Amino acid sequence: MPVKGMGLRDIMAKEKGNILDGWYNLILETYPPESRVFLKKKSDQFANPIGHTISASIEGILEGLLCNGAQEQMAVMLSDIIRIMAIQDCSPSDTILLILLLKRTLRDTTRGYVKGDQLFSELLAFEDKIDRLTLLSFDIFMKCREDVFNLKVNELKRSTFMIAKRLKSEGAETL
Amino acid sequence: MSNSKSEELSSDIKYTLPEEDWMDVPVRMKKGMYCHGANENSLITVGFPNPRQWSSSETNWKLPENWQDIVLTGMAERLEKYRSFHIFMDICVRCGACADKCHFFLGTGDPKNMPVLRAELLRSIYRREFTTAGKLFGKFAGARELNEEVLREWWYYFFQCTECRRCSVFCPYGIDTAEITMIARELLNLLGLNIEWIAGPVANCYMKGNHLGLEPHTITSSVEFLTDEIEELTGIKIEPTFNRKGAEILFVTPSGDLFADPGTYTCMGYLMLFHELGLDYTWSTYASEGGNFGSFTSNEMGKRLNSKIYAEAKRLGVKWILGGECGHMWRVLNQYMDTWNGPADFLEVPVSPITGTVFENASSTKMVHISEFTADLLKHDRLEIAPSRNDHYKVTYHDSCNTSRGMGLLEEPRYIIKKVCNNFFEMPEHTIREKTFCCGSGSGLNASENMEMRLRGGFPRANAVKYVKNKYDVDMLACICAIDRAALTTIMDYWVPGVRVIGVTELLANAMKMKGENNRQTDLRGDPLLGAEGGDAEEESEDV
Repeated sequence: MPVKGMGLRDIMAKEKGNILDGWYNLILETYPPESRVFLKKKSDQFANPIGHTISASIEGILEGLLCNGAQEQMAVMLSDIIRIMAIQDCSPSDTILLILLLKRTLRDTTRGYVKGDQLFSELLAFEDKIDRLTLLSFDIFMKCREDVFNLKVNELKRSTFMIAKRLKSEGAETL
Repeated sequence: MSNSKSEELSSDIKYTLPEEDWMDVPVRMKKGMYCHGANENSLITVGFPNPRQWSSSETNWKLPENWQDIVLTGMAERLEKYRSFHIFMDICVRCGACADKCHFFLGTGDPKNMPVLRAELLRSIYRREFTTAGKLFGKFAGARELNEEVLREWWYYFFQCTECRRCSVFCPYGIDTAEITMIARELLNLLGLNIEWIAGPVANCYMKGNHLGLEPHTITSSVEFLTDEIEELTGIKIEPTFNRKGAEILFVTPSGDLFADPGTYTCMGYLMLFHELGLDYTWSTYASEGGNFGSFTSNEMGKRLNSKIYAEAKRLGVKWILGGECGHMWRVLNQYMDTWNGPADFLEVPVSPITGTVFENASSTKMVHISEFTADLLKHDRLEIAPSRNDHYKVTYHDSCNTSRGMGLLEEPRYIIKKVCNNFFEMPEHTIREKTFCCGSGSGLNASENMEMRLRGGFPRANAVKYVKNKYDVDMLACICAIDRAALTTIMDYWVPGVRVIGVTELLANAMKMKGENNRQTDLRGDPLLGAEGGDAEEESEDV
C-alpha cells in the first residue's frame, strides 16, 4: 500500500525480504523442478553451496544498490554467482537475465506503491543502476570463460612441467 | 505503464522448465561435461571388446548390432556374480538421504546427479528385465526399456560420478553407489564405450607399467633430475636405486609424481625422507605405477594391472612394500589387492626398520601407506623437524575420498601436518574426514575436455576452502592424493585463487632438517622461507 512521504528507498528497505525472495525464486526457476526444493534450503552454506552463494550474493547486491555501494564491491558479489553460471551451461544472455530478474521482481514488488511521477522517476533512476550491473555481469561472465580456457592451458603446462624444466636446465632455448 | 514495460521486457524470456518425470526428460549431452570416447588402439592393446573409432559428440556411436543382448547378458552375469550389486538394485527405498550429498548434484543442480536418481538410471532397466513387477507394470513400477537414449544417459551420468562414496556414508541401507557406477561402467565397457582419459592410461600401464607410459630410462632420469634439484636445495646428493634385488622395501607411487607439478615436489619429499633415514629401499621401473585406472573400467582389468606390484616384489625379493601418496591406489590396495592377487605370503608383515613398529593393519597386504610410516617416525621422534620452515604457509587439509572413506586414514596425515606446520586450520566438520567432499576429478575424470564438469564437481570442496581462506587466510591446501594435487590446483585457481596445493610429504620435507644440509633459504618450490633473508630461518623462529 502506498504510504505518503515514502521514497523508493524506504519502500525497498521495507520490502527487502519480499524482493529478495522474489528474485531468488525467479533464479531457482531456471533450475530443474526436482532440484528447486533442495536449492531453497539456504541454511547451510556447505550443504547447499549454490543456494547459499546465490542467496548471500543477491542480498549483498541489493544492499549495495540501496546504499550506493561501490561498484567494485558489488562486482565481487556478482562474480560469486556468475562464476557458477559460467560453468553451468549458461550463455551470456542467461547471465544478464539474472539481473533482469531483479528488475522484474522490483517492479512486481513496488507496483502497488508507484503511483505518482516522483516515485516513478526514482524507479527509473534506480533501474539505471541495475542496468549498469547488467553490463558489468557480461564482463564478469566473459572473464570467467577466459579463466576456464586458461585453466586448460595451465593444466597442460603443469602435466609436462618436468619436460620443460629439464630442457631448460639442459640449455634448450625452446621446446 | 510499468506493467506493460515489464511484460514487454520479459515477453521472450522463459522462466520455467517443463515439469516432467525424470524418465521423460531426454539426456542432453552438454559440451564440457563429458570426455572423448576411447581410442580403438587403447582397447585393442588390452583386449577389450568392440574396439572402434567413435566420437562421443556424434549421434552414431557405431554400436554392435546385438548391443542390447550384450548389456543384458552382462547385467545378468554381474547380478549373479556380485551379491552386493543384486542387493543394491533391490533394496533402495528412495528415501532421499543421499540426494543432496553428491558434489556433482551440489555443483550442477542436475537431479540426475542425485545418487539415488543416478542409480535409478540402471535400476529402471533392472526392474524391466529382471523383476516381475517391472515386466508387468512397466513405468508404474519404475521400469523402462533399454534403448540408445538410455545408453547415452548411462554413459553421460556414470562418467559424472567419481566413485567417491560420500553418498554411501549417509545411506541408511549402506548402498554403495560407487559400486553401482563401477558395474555400469563395466557394462558400457562391454560395448567399447569407455573414455580415452581412462583407456589410454590403462593401455600404457599394461604395456609400460605406468599410466604415463614412461619407459625405464625416463623414470630413472626423471628421479635423478629430482635428486639434482634436491642437491641444489640442500647440498646433499641422493643416489636412489632402481630394480635392486634384495632391497628390504619396494617403493611404489603414482607416476604423476615423477612428471607433473606440484606432485614432483612430493616426490622430492619421498627421496629426501628415505635418504635421511638410510632406508634400504628400491624403486621399480616396471611396477612404476601406484594408481590403477584399470579399476575404473572393470574388476578384471583392475586385477590385471594390480598384479605387477606383487610380481615385482617377488622378483626383487623385498620384504614388504611402501606406497606413496595417492587416492584410488589405496582403495585398490586396501580393499581389493589381497583378494585379487594375494595372499602375498612370500612377503613379511611390514616392520619399520627405524622404529621397530609392526604394521599389523598391513599384515595381509604387506603394503604400508607413506603417511602411516611417517606418522610413526614422528611419534618416535626419529626425525629432526623445524616446523617454522612452513611458517610462510597457512595450511588446511583435504581428506582424499579413497584414503578417508576407503581405508579410514584420517588421523595420520593430520598428525604429520601438526608436527611439521605451525599454521594448520581445519575446514568445517561436515566437509572433512569421512564426510569429505571430492575434488570432482577422481575415478579417471581429470581430463581437460570435461573442465566444466570438474569445476562444478569441485565447487563444494572449493566452497569450504574459501571459508577457511576468508577466515584464517589459508593459502595452502594439503592432501595425500596425486589426482588431488593435479586437479585441486585447477579447482582452486578458478574458485579460490591464491590457494595452492601441496602434498603432506612435501610439507614434511620442508620442515625436515637433514644431516649435513646447507642453510636452506627456500622451500622445495623455491619460495623463500620466513626470516631467511640474510640468516638462518630456523635460528630466527625455531620453536622445537
